[in-house]
Amino acid sequence: MELRWPYAVQYEKEADYNADVLVLGGGVAGCFAAISAARKGASVVLLEKGATVRSGSGGSGCDHWVHTPNPLSQISAEDLVQYELASNGGYCNGLSRYIAARESYDTLLELEKMGAKIRDTKDEFKGADFRDEQSKFLFAYDYQKKIHFRVWGTTFKPALYRECLKLKVKIFDRTMVTGLLTVGGKQGRRVVGATGLGTRSGQFLIVKAKATINCLSRHQRNFIFSTELRGLATFRAPNNTGDGHAAAWRAGAAFTMMEKTSPRPFVSPYSFPPYGTGNPYNTWFPCTMVDAKGKEIPWVDRDGRVLKKFSQRTRPVRGQSFLGERGGIYPYAQPHLIPDLEKRIGKGEYALPLYADLTSLPPLERKVIWGMMVGEEGKTRVPIQQTYEASGFDPAKDLLQSYQYLRGDLMRETSLPQERSSGEIGDAGGLVVDWDLQTTLPGLFAAGDALFAANYYYHAATTGRYAGRMAAAYARRASAPVISKRQVKEQKQWTYGPVRSKEGLSWKELNAGICRVLQNYCSEPKNEELMHIGSIWLKDLEEQETRRVGADNPHKLVRTLEVFNILTCSQMIIAASLARKASSSPLFFHRLDYPDLDPPNWHKWITIQQIEGAVKVAELPIDFWGPLAENYETHSRLEDPQ
Amino acid sequence: MTRDKIYASPNQVTPGHPLVFNDKRCNGCNRCVEVCLMDVFIPNPKKGRPPIMVYPDECWYDGCCVMECPRPGAITMNHPLMQRVRFKRKATGEHFHI
Repeated sequence: MELRWPYAVQYEKEADYNADVLVLGGGVAGCFAAISAARKGASVVLLEKGATVRSGSGGSGCDHWVHTPNPLSQISAEDLVQYELASNGGYCNGLSRYIAARESYDTLLELEKMGAKIRDTKDEFKGADFRDEQSKFLFAYDYQKKIHFRVWGTTFKPALYRECLKLKVKIFDRTMVTGLLTVGGKQGRRVVGATGLGTRSGQFLIVKAKATINCLSRHQRNFIFSTELRGLATFRAPNNTGDGHAAAWRAGAAFTMMEKTSPRPFVSPYSFPPYGTGNPYNTWFPCTMVDAKGKEIPWVDRDGRVLKKFSQRTRPVRGQSFLGERGGIYPYAQPHLIPDLEKRIGKGEYALPLYADLTSLPPLERKVIWGMMVGEEGKTRVPIQQTYEASGFDPAKDLLQSYQYLRGDLMRETSLPQERSSGEIGDAGGLVVDWDLQTTLPGLFAAGDALFAANYYYHAATTGRYAGRMAAAYARRASAPVISKRQVKEQKQWTYGPVRSKEGLSWKELNAGICRVLQNYCSEPKNEELMHIGSIWLKDLEEQETRRVGADNPHKLVRTLEVFNILTCSQMIIAASLARKASSSPLFFHRLDYPDLDPPNWHKWITIQQIEGAVKVAELPIDFWGPLAENYETHSRLEDPQ
Repeated sequence: MTRDKIYASPNQVTPGHPLVFNDKRCNGCNRCVEVCLMDVFIPNPKKGRPPIMVYPDECWYDGCCVMECPRPGAITMNHPLMQRVRFKRKATGEHFHI
């Protein structure tokens, strides 16, 4: 079936715009950045590849707003950052996590004022153990310390979108960011705007801006790519292809932690939908699990003591400061199922398969897991809650099967050692920033997943809001942006190359080819020679194969440019991996030629950037951000008090 | 099996068939076309008819098209067969699947 392209195509046609602040990406971070910059009086332009109302990885929802000190929690921002650093062996973004911990509660309240739902206003959970009766807030994981909120995240993106429109943010939906513009068109200079491509029209946008905020998510599909299986095999939105990372890399910004890629991706091509199988973790915490004969699997605390009462699963033990969001290390460990369950299954004490038994939970605990968390979390309202209920699944009557110990573990399926996660989840590589969330390029700020070692929704929202203020302050002081015509011309050439290509290599084949290179040469095992071959291979792909990829409509052109960006991010991964000449457990980084794990002299950040086209490696102390409270307060004060 | 005409049609690009449109409920408003982050649809050339899912292989199964649809029942997500999960009725031990 051949259908005419339904939109008017205007390849190469330029449209020029100006802004005080240009926001790249209209996800959670981008919307908050645009809103806070606009509230400071800046004129704001926002470029979004999808449609801002529901775009980004958090577009369809969010169930947790975690790590948020608040009047009910008695946990300080310092406590939280200490937990996050300790949980990641020090390789965590102390600076952005601190900003998030300080401002996350205010950010949440601000979201409520925009029309989002963050409290149990309908009293559906009145009397629940996890509800604060006065504020009507619901909490998760740790009902005593109350730092993780349960929220109605399906309401968030539409509320943010409406607020952007109200503040007259000029939104260009269906516009892919193709490059950054720098003074004189040179690497390493001030950023003065960006270029974009209309994903339906093929039009070329040029936006001059005094300040630019990169709120684009990071790289995926570097190790795993499959269109044969669900959703291009990604956890974050499949169109999160590291466009912002690649553009900032080409402009000469410094990155760190790009060598960290994790085994056991959350979503492998063989996986079940997240949150769609019986399990006792995360969204489903602390669901009771039973074996095939209905025998309950015991829960234990961090010291292995069996917990007899359900309520003990949601409280720290005596002397424990609080329960972390992801279980994590001993001081913050959540209660969990008996650790030797697999062995006991082997001995016949428990029979497979296991099931999640929502039926036996206190009714409000059941209702909050199935119906609120499963429902409000991204990608659960329709694909899980509605679909399962339409099939007859009744949480008050039915046991949902777990696939744990069948062919996977926890919530995910098993995967091959070379099938790694690059930027899909948790703390991944990204832009180096200072206390203004400004990158190493003047005029370029970063928020959300664009940052190195970023965290989830609350962190994206809060850093976006903070970067918006800082960028607006910068724009007030900055001179008028002057762009380079030569650079615009070069970017147009890069953008429209695939339209001119007469050969038929598909973007999918190029993506699959890139994955194979990283699997073979930058996975495990790896050493200098293997990664050297990998970098040559990627260079060959860049020089010989990218020109063979053809695109016969704007949609395919976008998909093709995304893969070019995946290629660039893959080159960054190899460059960073070559630069770290030591193995590291928290970074999941193992080199055959440097097998010693975490030697103290390598406990530091390795940074990479391009200078005149060549990779420059440098380093930063592991705690380069300095004293947290002091620096945060100094920089917040420096922000113009307008 | 008999058919009037036999076509040399290419294989589907993905084993999944992510969405089913109900022709009677859908009024062709194209709201789903406008919200989809992967832009997998194009409007139907015939006005008032359901949009055409040109790129099903790019579907992320986030369900925003269904969430934003003003006519409930017009779009149904079709869970991929290889990802259907089983459940058991506790009281009777009967087995079911999604």
